[in-house]
Amino acid sequence: MLWRRTTGWPTWDWTNPFDELDRMRREMDLLAEGLTRGLFREPVAGVFPLMNVTEDNDNYYVRAELPGINADDLDISVTGDTLTVSGERKIPDEDEKARYHRREREAGKFSRVIALPSQVDTAKVQAHYADGIISLILPKVETAKPKLIPVKTS
Amino acid sequence: MTDKETKALQPKAKTEVTQPAESTRPGLVFTPDVDIFETDQEIMLLADMPGVKSQALNIDLHENILTLDGEVEPPESADERDLLREYRTGKFHRQFTLSQAIDQEKIEASMKDGVLRLRLPKVKAARPHKITVKAK
Repeated sequence: MLWRRTTGWPTWDWTNPFDELDRMRREMDLLAEGLTRGLFREPVAGVFPLMNVTEDNDNYYVRAELPGINADDLDISVTGDTLTVSGERKIPDEDEKARYHRREREAGKFSRVIALPSQVDTAKVQAHYADGIISLILPKVETAKPKLIPVKTS
Repeated sequence: MTDKETKALQPKAKTEVTQPAESTRPGLVFTPDVDIFETDQEIMLLADMPGVKSQALNIDLHENILTLDGEVEPPESADERDLLREYRTGKFHRQFTLSQAIDQEKIEASMKDGVLRLRLPKVKAARPHKITVKAK
C-alpha cells in the first residue's frame, strides 16, 4: 500500500482484497454520518463525559450528566480558555450475596479537556452539582463579550 | 466479584425509547441504565436518571409491572445559544415485569445525585424456603 502510494505505480502490489471493502465501508459510514448530522451530532469527542456547551453574552455554560458521583471525586480546573473535568465514578459493592439480573451502570475514571471559544475569568468560575448533573458557569473576559457599537450619524 | 481495577469510562449516547407506551406528550424519552439485583429478602433496583428531581419521579407497581417515569426540566435558560451539543435531554421511562410477589407497603425509594435506589421487599411466601433433607 505504502509503496504504491509513494511511487504511484500501477497495481502490482499485495493489496489485501479486504482493503477495498474497508474503503467502501468507510465511505458508507461517512455518507450515513452526513445524513444524521442535520439535527443532532452524536458524540464527537469520544471522551467521557459528554458535554453540552452554551453561551450567552456574559458567560459560557458547560453541563455534563454524571449521576451518582461524590462532589469530592470531581476535579475541575480552568486555565485561560481550557477546561478540564476529571474524576471517578464509584459504584459501591453491594451485599455479597446479591445475585445480579442486570448490570448496565458503569464505574470508572474519566478525564476530559475542552477548549472554550475564548478566555474566561478563571477567578469567577462557578461549579454546581445537583441531581447528577454538573453545571459550570464560566464568565467571559471583558474583551470576549460582544460590544454594541453605536452608529453615529453626521 | 467485580474486578477492582478502575477502568476508563467510555462515552455512550443515551438510548432512546423506541416505542414509548404512550406518547401523548412531545419530547424525547430515554431508557435509564439500571442495575438490578436480588437477595433473599428483596429486589434492589438502581437507575441512573440524571436531572430527575425526587418530586419529578413517578414509580408505579401494578400487577407485577414496575414502571419508572422521570421528568427532566431542560437546564438551559431561554437566552443561551448552543455551542456544542453532545447529549440530549428528555424524560426517562422504563418498565419491568417482576416475577415475584412484592410487599407493596414496604417499597422504599430514594433519589440521590440522579441515581434512584429502589428497594422492593419480597413477601414472606416468595422468600426461598430452605428444605432440609433428613437422613434416615
